[in-house]
Amino acid sequence: MRILNASGCLDALAAPEVARELDAFVTKTVTPHPREGNAPPRIAETVDGMLNAIGLANPGRERFLAEHLPSLRKLGIPVWVSVGGFSAADYAETCAALEGIEAIELNLSCPNVDEAADSAAEIVAACRRSTELPLYAKLSSAHPDVAEVARAVAAAGADGLSLINTLRAVALDRHLQPVLARGSGGLSGPALKPVALHAVTVCHEATSLPIVGMGGIQTGRDALEFGACGARDVALGTVLFADPGAPARVRTELAAAGADVGVANEDDARRLPKSPETEQKVPA
Amino acid sequence: MQSSGQPSRHRVTGSERVGPYTLLRLERGGLEPGVPGQFFMLEAPGRLLPRPFSLCLAPPGELAFLVDPIGPGTEALCALRVGETIQVLGPLGLGYRLDVARPLLVGGGIGIAPLPYLAERLGGSPPAVLGFRTEEHAEAAALLPGAEVVVDPILVTELIDRSLDVLACGPEPMLRAVAELCPAAQLAWEAPMACGYGACYGCVVEIDGALKRLCLEGPVLDAVRVRSAVEAVA
Repeated sequence: MRILNASGCLDALAAPEVARELDAFVTKTVTPHPREGNAPPRIAETVDGMLNAIGLANPGRERFLAEHLPSLRKLGIPVWVSVGGFSAADYAETCAALEGIEAIELNLSCPNVDEAADSAAEIVAACRRSTELPLYAKLSSAHPDVAEVARAVAAAGADGLSLINTLRAVALDRHLQPVLARGSGGLSGPALKPVALHAVTVCHEATSLPIVGMGGIQTGRDALEFGACGARDVALGTVLFADPGAPARVRTELAAAGADVGVANEDDARRLPKSPETEQKVPA
Repeated sequence: MQSSGQPSRHRVTGSERVGPYTLLRLERGGLEPGVPGQFFMLEAPGRLLPRPFSLCLAPPGELAFLVDPIGPGTEALCALRVGETIQVLGPLGLGYRLDVARPLLVGGGIGIAPLPYLAERLGGSPPAVLGFRTEEHAEAAALLPGAEVVVDPILVTELIDRSLDVLACGPEPMLRAVAELCPAAQLAWEAPMACGYGACYGCVVEIDGALKRLCLEGPVLDAVRVRSAVEAVA
């Protein structure tokens, strides 16, 4: 099981020593044009979670390719580039310009910007035509049937799934006003974990695609649970804010957590036979 | 020297009331006190995210932080007992430049936090002017002996000698007023932060006319960097 960061939760150039502890670094989402992001306040802590409304702040495709990507390559760790946009063509053009990286993650589910008009499957299909790099589709549990979206992006040529993105949420201050300037933001952190485990479970049953599981992973035991639900790899997000040492810690804990329940590794956890009761308890 | 890369666990060695604030003392361990105005992320017991604090005092073997209990995280920090431990990451960010000829320290409310350590590092008991909301808050002025103190409705900006090199920390309206008065001032700014090391992109402030991460650009900023947007509009 590889340990990645969730997109937007680490700046490898600002904290290379943290990035080097990962099996691969996933960039903040790159859009065709530079974006300054949303006005502050952009973050708010909630019970067992936090909201963010960063708004895809990024230098834009041109500067990312000219300045950021060459610096990232020099770190000596595999790079995944998260790609965003507002139409299938936006995504496809960025994918076509990328080379020398391990994979592309298509951010099809940012809660903090207006959504692309094209469907997830249309975007994946357009990107499939523009690159031979592995394409991971990052999906959201906000969709009423995330397994259906997973099947659609698999048919459109996705090589893997990243599950899940944050969920739209609101936090109020003591004067009953939204804490975030944008009003709503994306909920992350431990509060999200049960939702993410469900999405991983149903998408793993719906497709044979490898899954990067994420959403509230704090410990090795959490990572093992994602493995048991079908994730091949995991990504750390909010936990990195409080603990930049989390990648190494989670990796160490993961081995102990597996031994605790008698599985030699996370792959064994994924292959644990599901009882009929389990199948019934998790409807697709 | 310990890098800012990994948090480490530190024992509480003292917790004292200073007016409505709490001076939280931690065992220093391998941490460097850093430059005044730099900050540390302190674990807030029972909460998901740590909280940023500038260093208030650096007694031998200790690091001391001034905490204003304004929410669940800071309340949990004020409730810590001697012997309990918390995770600490730091020092982080960029502090005050200390190569000033005639320093004047300017503090507002909890913004006096970095000034005692700043005064120590500058040496020679630099003059200081402090403003507080109430007499109770003003008890914190005891941390900076010799400072001139005003209480609302008198504003600290009324006491500033503009010929001096101003190093300020306080609420944003105070800092903006100081920036207008003293374009060469150094201002310790504040913003909500989830990480303190550039990962979360949550702490942006309009700096040089664009939204930038305060944890990497500051928290101490030259006044001209936050004035530029105002001037561009004017």
